[in-house]
Amino acid sequence: MTTVESDRAGRPARLDWRIRLRRDRSLILMTLPAVVLLLVFNYVPLFGLVTAFQEYDPLAGVWQSVWAGLYQFERLMGDPLFWGALKNTLYLSFVQLILFFPVPIALALLLNSVLSQRVRNFIQSVVYLPHFFSWVLAITIFQQMLGGAGALNQFLRGNDIGTWDIMTNPDTFALLVTAQVIWKEAGWGIIVFLAALAAINTDLYEAAAADGAGRWRRLWHITLPGLRGVIVLMLVLRLGNALSVGFEQFLIQRVAVGHDAADVLDTFSFYYGIATGDYSYGAAAGLFKSIISLLLIYGANKLAHAFGEDGLYRK
Amino acid sequence: MTDTLTIERTGGPADANPPAPQAVRKKKSERPVWEEPPTIAGEAAKGITLGGVLLIMLVPLWIIVVTSLSTQGAVNRAGGLVLWPDGISFEAYRVMLSDSTVRNALLVSLGITAVGTVVSLAISVMCAYGLSRSRSLGHRFILTLLIITMFVNGGLIPTFLVVTGLGGYGQWWALILPSAVSVFNILILRAFYSSTSLDLIEAARIDGAGDWRILWSIVLPTSRAVTAVMALFYGVGYWNSFFNVMLYMPTDSEKWPLQYVLLTYVNRGNGLPGTVNGGFGDQFSQTAPLSLQMAVVVLTLIPLLIVYPFVQKHFRTGVLTGAIKG
Repeated sequence: MTTVESDRAGRPARLDWRIRLRRDRSLILMTLPAVVLLLVFNYVPLFGLVTAFQEYDPLAGVWQSVWAGLYQFERLMGDPLFWGALKNTLYLSFVQLILFFPVPIALALLLNSVLSQRVRNFIQSVVYLPHFFSWVLAITIFQQMLGGAGALNQFLRGNDIGTWDIMTNPDTFALLVTAQVIWKEAGWGIIVFLAALAAINTDLYEAAAADGAGRWRRLWHITLPGLRGVIVLMLVLRLGNALSVGFEQFLIQRVAVGHDAADVLDTFSFYYGIATGDYSYGAAAGLFKSIISLLLIYGANKLAHAFGEDGLYRK
Repeated sequence: MTDTLTIERTGGPADANPPAPQAVRKKKSERPVWEEPPTIAGEAAKGITLGGVLLIMLVPLWIIVVTSLSTQGAVNRAGGLVLWPDGISFEAYRVMLSDSTVRNALLVSLGITAVGTVVSLAISVMCAYGLSRSRSLGHRFILTLLIITMFVNGGLIPTFLVVTGLGGYGQWWALILPSAVSVFNILILRAFYSSTSLDLIEAARIDGAGDWRILWSIVLPTSRAVTAVMALFYGVGYWNSFFNVMLYMPTDSEKWPLQYVLLTYVNRGNGLPGTVNGGFGDQFSQTAPLSLQMAVVVLTLIPLLIVYPFVQKHFRTGVLTGAIKG
C-alpha cells in the first residue's frame, strides 16, 4: 500500500486511468465480494427470466429447453387463479394504503408531542420491537391472541358470549393482515417521520404562536408542510411496491384461510411455479409482476415530480 | 405534565393499572414558554392512546411468557393461556431443551445467524468503504450496478433455478449467500463513511496508510454505532429467515432452524419428526401442552431481547434516517 496519492488533493487535471487504477486498486478489490454475489444471485437470474418464454425442463436446463414464445403468458391470462391472485394483491395493497399508511404519521405526531424524553425513548423502544420479529413469530402471536384457541376466544367462551374466529375467516382476511402489518411495522415506520419532525425549525412554531396561531393551526401550517417531502417519498415507495404485499405473511396463513383469499402474485409464483415444478409458468407470473412494478415506480415518481417533490430520484 | 403521568410508570410488564397522578414526582416542565397550557381532555386522550399502544405491544408478550412458565395445572385452571402467574415452573423449558429437534434447530439458527452476520457485515463494510472515496476509479459504475438490483430482479423462480443449478439444494450456503448482500445497508454505510473522519483519513493517508489500514483502524472504530445497527439488521434477517429453508431444504428436519420449528410445531400444530426416540416423544409427537409451545415462542425471542437493548439506542442517532434521503 505504498502507492497512496491523495485523492483529495484537489488537483484540477484528471489523472491517467492506469495511475488511478494503481492508486484505487484496494478500493476496487474491496467491492469485489459484493459485486460477485450480486452478479451471481441478481444479474444471472435476470437472464434466467428467459425461462418465462420457454417450456423449462429442469433436466435440460435453460440452454436446451424448448422455446414457447408467449405461451406461458397466454396461459396466465386464461387462468382464473392468476386473476384472483392479482385481484387480491391490488385489493390488499389498497386496504393497506388506506389503513396502514396514516398510522405511523399519526403515531409520530403523537409521540413528538410528548415532552419527557424518557417516556419518548421508552415508547420508541417498545414500538420498534415487533419490526424485528419474524412473520412466523408475529402470526403465532396473533394466533395465540385472536385464534380459535386464543386469548380472546378463551375470554369469550369463559363469559358464554360464543366464539369469534378471526384467524381462519377468509372474508375478513384483508383486515386481519392489515392489522398484523400495523402491529408489526407501524412503530418502526415512525422513525423517518420523527426525523423529519426533528428537522423542522422550532422558531417557526414560536413565531406562529406569537402571531396567535393555536395548536391545530400550527399543525396544519407548519408541521404537515414540514413532513410533506417525507410523506410523498414514502407514498412513492408504497405505490412502487404495490404488487409486493408481503410474501411470507401470506405463505404462512394460506393454510388457514385458503388460497382464494390468501393468494397474491408472489405466492402464486411459488405455488404454481416451484411447488408444482411448472417453473416457466411461475417465472412468467414473476416477470409480469416485475414489469408492472417498474411501471408503477416510474409512474409514482412522475406523480411526485408533479407535486414538486423529489420522490425517489430527482427529475 | 399530565400526559407524562399516565405513561411514565408503565415500564413493567404488569402495566395494567395506570398510576395515580399524585404518585409522580415533581419535575420541571420542558414545555416551551410560548406553547399554550395543555387541556385536560387532550392530555387524557393522548395518554390513553399511547398507553393503549403500549398495551397492544406488550400484553401478548406477557401472556406468552407467563404461559410458558406455567404448570399444567395453571393452564388447566385458566382454560388455556395464563394471564397471571399461578405456579411458576420451568418444566416446559426443560422438556423443550431435552428434545433433539429443538436443540438441533437452536444450534442451526445460532450458527446460520453468526456465520451469516459476519459474512454479510464484512462484505458490506468493505464494499461501502470501497465506494465511499469520492473520485476513486469506477465507483460510479459499481454503485449503479448495485442500485439497479434494488429495482430490477429476476424474481423467485430464476433465483431458485440459479441456486439449485449451482448445487445449492440442501446446502448451508444456499441459506446465506443468495441474500448476503443488502444494497440498502451498503448505501447507509457508504453515506456514513463518506462524511465521517475525513480529516483523520486525510492525515493517515499522508502518513502512508493504505485503504485497508484506514478502513480497519480509522473508519471502523469511528463508526461503531452504525456497524452495530447493521449487524442487528443482518442478524435479525438470518435469525428470522424460514422461507429459504422451505425452498432449499424442506424435507431435511436435521437442518431446520428454529423459525421453521416454530412454524411446524406451534403455528401449524404438527408433531415434530425425529422425536420418537428422544424419550419425550409423547409430549412432542401429539399437539403439545400449551406451555411447551409458548416456550418455543419465547426461545425464538430470547436472542433478540438480549441484543436489542444494546443496539436500539443507536436508532435515535439518526444513523438510518440521515441516509435514507442521501
